[in-house]
This record gives sequence, structure tokens and C-alpha cells, in this order.
Amino acid sequence: MFNEILQLSPFSLSKSEKELLLTRRLSELTNHHIKNCPEYASILSGIGFDIAECGSYYDLPFLPVSLFKELDLKSITQEEIFKVMTSSGTTGQAVSKIYLDKTTANNQQKALAKIVSEFTGSSRMPMLIIDSPSVIKNRTMFSARGAGILGFSIFGADKAYALNDDMEIDLPAIEAFFEKHSGKRILLFGFTFMVWSHFYKELLKIKHRFDLHNGILIHGGGWKKLVGESVSKSEFKSKLTDICGLNDIHDYYGMVEQTGCIYMECEHGHLHASIFSDVITRRHIDFSPCEFGEPGIVQVVSVLPESYPGHSLLTEDEGVILGEDDCPCGRKGKYFQINGRLKMAEIRGCSDTYAVNR
Amino acid sequence: MTNLQKYENAFIETLGIEQNQTTNLEYQAIPEWDSIGHMSLITALEDVFDIMMDTDDIIDFSSFEKGKELLKKYDVQI
Repeated sequence: MFNEILQLSPFSLSKSEKELLLTRRLSELTNHHIKNCPEYASILSGIGFDIAECGSYYDLPFLPVSLFKELDLKSITQEEIFKVMTSSGTTGQAVSKIYLDKTTANNQQKALAKIVSEFTGSSRMPMLIIDSPSVIKNRTMFSARGAGILGFSIFGADKAYALNDDMEIDLPAIEAFFEKHSGKRILLFGFTFMVWSHFYKELLKIKHRFDLHNGILIHGGGWKKLVGESVSKSEFKSKLTDICGLNDIHDYYGMVEQTGCIYMECEHGHLHASIFSDVITRRHIDFSPCEFGEPGIVQVVSVLPESYPGHSLLTEDEGVILGEDDCPCGRKGKYFQINGRLKMAEIRGCSDTYAVNR
Repeated sequence: MTNLQKYENAFIETLGIEQNQTTNLEYQAIPEWDSIGHMSLITALEDVFDIMMDTDDIIDFSSFEKGKELLKKYDVQI
């Protein structure tokens, strides 16, 4: 059924069509994981879950995302494990382990490509990665940061890293890269904290000004560390525009537990759910769904996870659904914003890992 | 060098495999041809044939044989 979804344009379904599709696929995944993941089956039988009582994907159970730190949850055999991805937990924090087989790994890449192409176009661009090449050294087990970089690499035609292995800005490499691709549209990709601390702040220090008015920056991984530096979203954008002319800037929201299904920020500053996934905000008191405009705990559902029971997860983030099917950008589906981590939740955004390690 | 030789060499060099492994080789069938190996392979092919592949074709590039077919779109006959 995933291949059917893949044929559709990622922001083309309106509420009722999308609900039908997600209910069908997510029920199928729930049954699949009950059959193939004993821990998942026992959790669901423990809460007395009966799929026959589910009229909509809103009724399907959700696992707290922290469960992937405590348990090795997978719906595949040891031999079928193709990659293990870890969340960006820091020293002293447990990390999530996400087990991928070939099918799920492939589907993640396909979904990501479909979603991002809606914002970048399908032609590839020279790509400057605002990170250090050491992030993807171990290829069988990589962190959320590595997975993000790898997943986005498909949009890059010629790639360069802006930072060296010591996380210092590599100005000669950047200059050479911009010179080589002068006049072309350039894709810049990096984690929010890295872009700010290791790119923007370093550019401030030097006299030379790069002209990136033709570039597009995609960044993600959390704002938490920047809130400490009191950098707001709008400030982040305007400062980058000031220093290098960059004005096509998109944040994205996503997590390693649902890699592939990212939520891209549109031209109007809204995060968008594609047909591969959805967000539901829930009330703290009874987990009932919030109204639009009402802040709540973010639940994410994804049609991708077949190798591990991560198709419906309760995150540790607070967010607000702003509307559905009627964003001025024209994309259908829900659009929302993330307010930040719930209090008491651990620091574990991709770009926050590095921040804590400092 | 023929196009086939160039094509095979890209696999041999970027994935670090032997020539006899290339026939019928599929994406993800060996540890070397994972998503990292895949992007290196695409880069090598783009360099040697002086082409730029679309994102969709990179994703569809699922085997040694499939790649030959996809490259025809870029006027590369193998």
C-alpha cells in the first residue's frame, strides 16, 4: 500500500481523503506490528486495545517516543537488520535505537525526496553541508544528524562540508565551493544550532561577504539551544539575510524515530504535514485531541515504519495545529508550529546534542 | 574505454568490489552499496559521463542492470 501513496503528490489530499488513507495504512501497520513485535503486542493487549473499535487513525494507540530508548523494539529478525539509527542523546542520556530493514530504509528516502522536492524542485543543486564530514563515519550505525545529512544528500549535485573535523569553519573550502558554483542556486543544509553558531557567527567575524541571495537553506533539529541565546525564528532568518543575502530559508521538524517524514516550513512560516504523516495535538489531562489553535502534546503518525513499531508516537514536544487544507501557500494537509519541548523532557534535538557535549 | 567499462569501473571503484560481482548486483545487496555508497556511485557516474541525474532517477537506480536503462535517458548507451 505504501507504493500507492508514493504515487500521490505529497500535499494533494484534503482532510477526508487523507483520513481514509491514513486510517487504512496505519491500521495495517498496527496489525503488522502486533504480529511481528512481541513487545508491541503485549503493550497493546495490556491496554486492552481492540483494533475493531477503531474508526479512525485518531483512535490507534501511540507509544511514547522514549520507549525506544528503553526497549529494542523491532518487527524484523536480527538477520533483516540493515541499519540502526540512533537519536542524538548525549552523554548520560539513553539513546533511541531504530532498526531498519531495506524496505523501510528505502521508503524513508523516497518519502523524503518527494516531500523536499515540493520545496526545492526536482533538479539537484550544489550543496554545502553546514557540518563536519566526521558525522557519517560509521556507516552501519548513524546518528540523527548523520541520517539527516545523508537523506538530504540526494538533492546535492556537488557536495562540500563547511566545517572541518574539529567543527571549525573551513573558509578556504567554502570560498572555493562558492567560486566554482558562482551564479548557481546553491542548497545549504545543516542543523539549526550549527548553522547559527558555526556558520552565521563565523561569517560575522570575517570581512568577506558571500552572496547567497540565490541560495536555499534547509535546517532542522531543534531550537532549544538557540532559545538560550535568545535567537528567535525571525531573527535567525533576518540575520542570515543580512549577512549573505540568503532569504529562501526553511526550517523542518522531524525525528529519527520517524525518519523520512519531515515537516517542512513553507513560505508562510508554517510546518506542513505531508500525506506520509500527520500530527495530532493532545491535551495533557486526558490525551484527547486538541482543537486547532490549542497547544498540546504532539503525536506523530507515519505510514513508513514497517521494521519497527514507530508508526504512531507521542513526542516530548508541545505544538499547535494552526489549520488544515487552507494555508495560503496552497499545500493541503495540516499546518502547525512547534512551541518547544515539554517541561521535564530531556534535551535531545539533533543540534542540541552537540550543544550539550561542549 | 567503452561505456560499459566506464560504468563497471564506477561500481568497482566506489563500492570497492570485484568485476565479477557487478552483474545482477542490486542496491543494498552488499554492505558497500548502501545509501552512502549509492551517492558516491552516482557522483562517479555523473563525473565519468558528464551528466546530472534527477533525484527520481537516483532513487530508481536499484540495480546494476536498472542503472544501464536509466542512463539511456541521459544519452549514455551502455
